[in-house]
Formats: sequence, structure tokens, C-alpha cells
Amino acid sequence: MRAIRYVDALNEAIREEMERDKNIFLIGEDIGPLGGSFGVYKGLFERFGARRVRQTPISESAIIGTAVGAAMTGLRPVAEIMYIDFITCGMDQVINQAAKLSFMSGDQVKIPLVIRTQQGPGTREAAQHSQNLEAWFVHTPGLKVVMPSSVYDAKGLLKSSIRDDSPVIFIEHRLLYFKKENVPEGEWLVPLGEAEIKRKGDDITVVATSLMVQKVLEVAEALSEEISMEVIDPRTLVPLDIEKIIASIKKTNKVLITHEAPVRGGVGGEILRQITEKAFDYLDAPPKVLGGANTPIPFSPCLEDACIPQKEDIIKTVKEMVR
Amino acid sequence: MQDKEKLVEMLELMYRIRFFEERAKKLYKAGMLSGNFLGALHSYIGEEAIAVGACSCLKKDDYVLSTHRGHGHFIAKGGDLKRMLAELQGKETGYSKGRGGSMHLFDLEIGFLGGNGVVGGGIPLAIGTAFSAQYRGSNQATICFFGDGATTQGTFHESLNIASLWKLPVIFICENNLYAVTTPADESISIPNVGERASAYGIPGKVIDGNDVLLVHRTVLEAVERARSGKGPTLIECKTYRWDPHCFVIPETRIKDEIENWKKKDPIPCFEKRLLVEKIISPEDIKRMKSEIINEIDKAEDFAKNSPFPNVESFQEEICAQ
Repeated sequence: MRAIRYVDALNEAIREEMERDKNIFLIGEDIGPLGGSFGVYKGLFERFGARRVRQTPISESAIIGTAVGAAMTGLRPVAEIMYIDFITCGMDQVINQAAKLSFMSGDQVKIPLVIRTQQGPGTREAAQHSQNLEAWFVHTPGLKVVMPSSVYDAKGLLKSSIRDDSPVIFIEHRLLYFKKENVPEGEWLVPLGEAEIKRKGDDITVVATSLMVQKVLEVAEALSEEISMEVIDPRTLVPLDIEKIIASIKKTNKVLITHEAPVRGGVGGEILRQITEKAFDYLDAPPKVLGGANTPIPFSPCLEDACIPQKEDIIKTVKEMVR
Repeated sequence: MQDKEKLVEMLELMYRIRFFEERAKKLYKAGMLSGNFLGALHSYIGEEAIAVGACSCLKKDDYVLSTHRGHGHFIAKGGDLKRMLAELQGKETGYSKGRGGSMHLFDLEIGFLGGNGVVGGGIPLAIGTAFSAQYRGSNQATICFFGDGATTQGTFHESLNIASLWKLPVIFICENNLYAVTTPADESISIPNVGERASAYGIPGKVIDGNDVLLVHRTVLEAVERARSGKGPTLIECKTYRWDPHCFVIPETRIKDEIENWKKKDPIPCFEKRLLVEKIISPEDIKRMKSEIINEIDKAEDFAKNSPFPNVESFQEEICAQ
């Protein structure tokens, strides 16, 4: 075992995959000598050169479209969108092209494409650099959506995403980048569509995504004397491992879902729909979704924090539900 | 051009497109009348010289990215009329198993990577196929067709900029039929000639008569050679005119005189006349050619008509359950 950071895990995943498959290339803004705005690609330009590490102008449509066209013709692109907020500039290429062309071609082509991006509030960058937009992609058939919360998952899921033959929206969290964790040496894969029980418990099931997993785990530890929380990270939102979530609910009979994205129209609502359709009879208390406020993210730190579920909010909600 | 066989083939392709479009239009309108509305149909009639002049410069494994008005491109690249018409009718035997329809013709075997329902949506994809060819060292060229309306989309700018920077083997062909749906080009494009936009990207730009199939062929051929030799992209604006409205659910807004004047510049008869004068083809040859095409289209119509619709149950099981 060794301690590495989330960014290092992503870097290792890409480096290993690029060594393995010469058809993989990287495309995005400032990914050359800088190694990406957050350093995920550190050293890759030096290792693989400008042919395989394609630094582009600020042109999100062209970045994604180039990746889609290349993916249809034998390559396996990994496109980086610096902030998920900027994917809006290339949205036609994601929604109307990447997500649909394999289907609309009658399966004549595959689109083995990863769009890596990062999201989240917490760095006081205001409303155009702080959104959580995963629900948009979950809502679009033809895309897979991956959100790793740990260093181990970051590497294993990214490698699986690169090997997948469908377009994958791979959403990292900026506040996780420098988190360190002990992980094994060498290679590993984490399959898409497999949730993980991050902590076992009996009193309540808490489903959390991305950074919220960390917050919920800290709460679970803090409350462990009085409440036994089972914490589940779906890890991939599409495909969603609803069975593992339901198995947990059958044991705890209570469920809370939490994410940073605005609660209105969020993924929590979708997970809850599936739970109520498949496991309504096992619920002993009204299920709940604790999400972000339905507002653009404000700049001022105290306001920003107030818009996102904090540990105190989780504690309060869990206590109310497990009375 | 010396190759007589190729000239005859070009004429044949132009008729193929013309007759196919006439039949597609007839079937579409009959469908509408009987309450069987099948999407929108965008006729290529009047623009045949561009598709034929351009695609005749390509090899089978070269790529074409097309538009909502893509039937002509598809036929010129070698698409099969049977599977094409079946796709237009939403049948299982269509190119995309009835999932795409008229605007989304697709045949990987001939490098045809899709019509596109979004104006300007295909231009970045062409950067991708051209990049892919360059990356793999395959020497494949990409032709990216789009209309005048697409040149006012941001994707046009982003894509031409990158294509120039990276010297990608792509030929941008703007089919300027003077209208973006109903908006005249001079009300939506800030300069008279789209081809002049090329100078802003440091690439060659041409403005040509898109109804002259040999001129289109010569111009595109030069651009394809340039692309294959690693010198980068070319922008070619072909001035042309569509004889029909934007599609058959949008009423005609153009004045009749204008339409009639353009019909006098029909790209087919002037090319045909030339082949006759030069004795490359005889009137009998032409007659036979036309009847063979009609015969083939009849067969395609029967094929489409007799083909099954996709199986709904298996679609639900295989696709929707995912």
C-alpha cells in the first residue's frame, strides 16, 4: 500500500491506459506542458508528446466534436472539459451527437469516448464555476455517468470508462483532488454499474455521491455511538446499481439520499423513484433527499456554504429520521 | 477530365439523385395525405452537381459528414437506394434499422458518418474524422458538407480554426443555396461570399458555381490533393439553389421568378449537353440510363414497402430496458 492523491490516481489511470493502447489520446484546454488546470495530466505531455496530448484552443464544441468524430473512426479519445460549467458551450456535441450517433447509425459505430470534467462548489468561484450538473447527463439516454468519491475508485473507474465502448461523462470533484488515501500498487479496475457499501450499518441507509460520500462517512463516524449508518456510494449514476441500494434498505428500512446538486430535478429524486417503485413496503419512515439549494451558487463563503448540505445538516436529518 | 467512363458515371449519379428525390418526395407527400406523417424531408433537387462533383474526388474509405439535406451526398458516396428508401420509411431493413430516418443516413462501409439534424452540428465531427486519419497516418480525406445557414453557427468558426492550426485533411464545402430555411443569406451572413471567410483562418477559400459539376470536381480534387499531402484544409463555397422549399412542411416564401430563373440553370442538362456534344454519350445511352435508374428506384420502393417495420417488443427489451 502507498498513499497517493486523487489527482495522482487519475494520472496513473490515464498513463497506464495510454501505455496499453496507442489509440487513446487526450484532448482539451491547457493540457500540454501545464498538465491540465488541476494537474491531472502532469508529465503526460512529456511522456506521450503533442500527437497524443492535444492541447486545443478554447473551443468546447470543437473539443467534444473532434473527440466524437475520432471515436467513430477507431480512436479512443479522453476529452477534458476544464469545468463542467463550460460543457454548456459544447452541449450539442454531447447531447445530440455523442449520445445519439451510435444509436442513430443503427449500431454501425461505437463511440468509445470519455469526457472528463470536474465540478462542485467550495472554492468560492461563484455560480459559473461551481455547479453540479450530473442530472442533465443522467437524463440523456446514450450516456454513462460516473462520479468517483475515493482515490481508489477514481483510478479504477477511469480505467473502466476508457475501456468502455459508450460515451462516458466522468465527473470528478475539485475538492477531492488533493485528498490522499492508501491504495495498492499496480493496476485495478472498478466496473461501471457497481455501487459500493462504504460503511456497514443497520439503522439507516444513506446514499451519497462524490464529495458528499466523504461528509457522510465523517458523520457516520461521529454518530457511531448512537446511530448505525450504512453508507452507499453508487459510483456510477448510469448504469445505476439500484439492487445494492434496495438490499440495504431491506435491512435498515430507512433511506436518505444526499448530493450537492440542487435538490429540484436532481438525481436523488430519480433514485428515490426507483426505491419507491421497488421497495416501498420496506420503508418504515418517509424517505428523504438532502440536496443543494435551488439557487445559483453565491460567491460569498457564508452564502455558498449555506446552499450545500453540510455535516450539520446531515446529522440533523439522520437524527430526525432515526428517532 | 479525360476519363469518359467517369464522366458518364457522374451524369448517372446526378440523375440517380434527381430521380430518387422525386420519388422520395412523391412517397412523402402521399404519406402525408394518408395521415402517415414521416418527419421532415429536405429535397436536394437543384444541388446535385455539388454532391457528385465533390464525392467523385473521394475513395471509398474517405469520410463524408453530411447535413439534414443529405440524400444527394449519400447517393454520390455510394449509398444503396433500397436500404436508403427503407430507412426513409422507418423500416427494419433501413441503414439504421429505422432509428434515423431521412436526416440521419449512415453507412460506415462507405465512410458516410451521418447526416445531421442540427445545423452546423456535423462540422466538429469532421474535425474528428480528419484528426483520426492524420493520427493513424491513413491518408483518408474528409469532406464536410454544410449549408450557408451553418456558417453562422459557432461550430463553423471553432472547427475551421482548429483544422487550420492542425493542418487537418478536411475539405469544407458550403452549399450556399441562398437561404437558411427562409432567411436570405444576405440577411444572415455579413459578407457576400462565405468562401472569403477562409482568409480569416489562413486557409485557401474558393467561391464557385455549384451548378457546374466539372468545376466542382476540379476544385474539390485540388483541395483533396492538398489535404492528402498534409497541407491542410480548404473552404469551398458552391453557389447553388434548391428548387423545393426548405422542407415540405415549410411553405415556399421565395418569389416564383427567382425559382424559375434558377431552374434554367439546372445542373443536369448543361452537363448532359456537353457529354452529347463531345460524343461521350449518345441519346440512346441516356435514355437507357434513365430507365435503368427508374427501374432501380421502383425496386427500392418495393423493397421498402415490403420490408417489415422494426419489432417493437424486441426494441423495448433490448434498448429501452438499458
